[in-house]
Amino acid sequence: MLLLGISAYYHDSACALIMDGEIIAAAQEERFTRIKHDPRFPHYALEYCLSTAGVSLAELDHIVFYDKPFLKFERLLETYIAFAPKGFKSFSTSMLLWLKDKLFLKNSLQNELSLHGDRDDLAKILLFSEHHMSHAASAYYPSPYDEAAILTMDGVGEWATTSIAIGRGREIEILKELNFPHSLGLLYSAFTYYTGFKVNSGEYKLMGLAPYGVPRYAQAIMENLVDVKEDGSFRLNMDFFGFCTGLTMTDERFAALFGGPARTGEELLTSRHMDLAASVQSVTEEIILRITRSIATETGLKNLCLAGGVALNCVANGRVLREGSFKNIWIQPAAGDAGGALGAALAAYHLNFGNERKPADGRDRMKGAYLGPSYSQPEIEERLRALGALFDTVDDEQLLQRCVDDLAAGKAVGFFQERMEYGPRALGARSILADPRRAEMRSQLNLKVKFRESFRPFAPAVLSEDAGNWFDLPVDSPYMLLCAEVIEGKRRTMIQNEENLFGIDKLNAVRSEIPAVTHVDYSARVQTVHRETNPRFHALISLFKEKTGCPVLVNTSFNVRGEPIVCTPEDAFRCFMGTDIESLAIGNCYLEKSRQNPSLRRDYRHAFELD
Amino acid sequence: MEFIKEFTNFLMQRKKFWLLPIIVILLLFGILLIVTQNSVVAPFIYTLF
Repeated sequence: MLLLGISAYYHDSACALIMDGEIIAAAQEERFTRIKHDPRFPHYALEYCLSTAGVSLAELDHIVFYDKPFLKFERLLETYIAFAPKGFKSFSTSMLLWLKDKLFLKNSLQNELSLHGDRDDLAKILLFSEHHMSHAASAYYPSPYDEAAILTMDGVGEWATTSIAIGRGREIEILKELNFPHSLGLLYSAFTYYTGFKVNSGEYKLMGLAPYGVPRYAQAIMENLVDVKEDGSFRLNMDFFGFCTGLTMTDERFAALFGGPARTGEELLTSRHMDLAASVQSVTEEIILRITRSIATETGLKNLCLAGGVALNCVANGRVLREGSFKNIWIQPAAGDAGGALGAALAAYHLNFGNERKPADGRDRMKGAYLGPSYSQPEIEERLRALGALFDTVDDEQLLQRCVDDLAAGKAVGFFQERMEYGPRALGARSILADPRRAEMRSQLNLKVKFRESFRPFAPAVLSEDAGNWFDLPVDSPYMLLCAEVIEGKRRTMIQNEENLFGIDKLNAVRSEIPAVTHVDYSARVQTVHRETNPRFHALISLFKEKTGCPVLVNTSFNVRGEPIVCTPEDAFRCFMGTDIESLAIGNCYLEKSRQNPSLRRDYRHAFELD
Repeated sequence: MEFIKEFTNFLMQRKKFWLLPIIVILLLFGILLIVTQNSVVAPFIYTLF
């Protein structure tokens, strides 16, 4: 049975194709169109999925959309009515959009799909899955468990913002839900907006900013903004938020409570913003911990699966692992809306059509999240030649040796290998790599390679077998979705002056043997690298370990600020020539910046809208 | 036609009949907006409001 899942029209549109329950291909549209979080119908991702499976549109058994537009429309209408006459401006704007377009989504989908092939039964084969069921399915079905509790949390889908479910065999049973407007995702987004970052993309910046601050506003948040019960259920005090009636997340009362208007654009970040970030992060963690503890008590289960945008909060996930009541947790790598495409297809396969789920064999079924396009060696060479690139074609051993020599010499290396990752994290297939032992690497990468804010941390990729020797991480974290602390033995003793550093200045202290990936609170967003899922990346780090004794590399996504992660060799070469990446490995092609024609250099700093 | 059928099914299943009048009015306005876009009748419609 061939099923195609689609998420589209809100943010991060994507397609995923499954064949008899096995995930064949999945990709986000932004990677092809080069527009970050592209919400449009995923034409390119769809073509990619069909061509990877070698099938046509006519051969698909069903196409499943990841949420239910009528339910969403019902929520919008009821919300506007509940708050009327406030919010008329927002009402008129959004109703126009719905009445012209979104309400007739099935027709729109049919029109768009018909561009990919002749088929007169599109209306019959189109199915719609509920938003949180799509998330829950994306979390449970690919997980390595036969039985698990499922927690999905995001901004909002149709009505639900938080869902608790149980997955057993092929069944998923939703136990309870929290509905809009009471949303942990929207609470976090409100602070994202208030601290001057973009909603739906800047949340991870807020999470990265949190360790610089002190959670001095946490009590104010708990007392005024959100009423949290012992089991983690909560209600937002809507007097402080603007998202139901206006076009902004927060209102004047919110600003008054936190001592000033929202930060705008590139305005300087102060300790107040850091404290706000620390506060909302601490409240978020507290709520998630309470919810997960109560689920564990109620269900008695040992395994937890997570999805929804909030599940990308790896700091909270790390705390759930360490302090929660579950023995194992698994997080869908494409936890946001892009992953809904996969979840929708899986939900239809198992729940709608009643197909059995294969028993767990200890490994998850995401294939390392390497589900995107790949390019053959001849194709890479042909494409690079057409670009005017100068490169050597070398064997595997030479390629890895050259990369390791460059890394050890302090160079930033672009690493483009095989299938692209599905989800927001680069996991060694479309990555920029560097030596984590160098203290200056963080600012060098932030300012000269990624062109992004200097406070942003970098993540380590560590050999799975060595992870426990460097990080306090008792489980695998193949998708960079768990934060763990660098172990005591690898930390450096701080002198008094360094201990007293404040705010962004904390960055200046060297905290461990791998300072480039050690955040100011000693935490790191760890990726464990496994031979089974990415043998080449594993071999590269092993060789780096052989040379330096360090089984860790800095792994950051192959892109600059505001740019989607590179997809094709052309994207990679453009990014290489527009930044201070010094060498690039694409397949078995090795490129050095110093050898390239200088006329191919380009201004890349302003090529993309800032996120 | 299919849209009306599906939307009616949706309202029946959700038992949200009280939304019906609002939806009908909104849809009528919506149709009016779409019909009058780039249309020769647009100036006459504008005078009504």
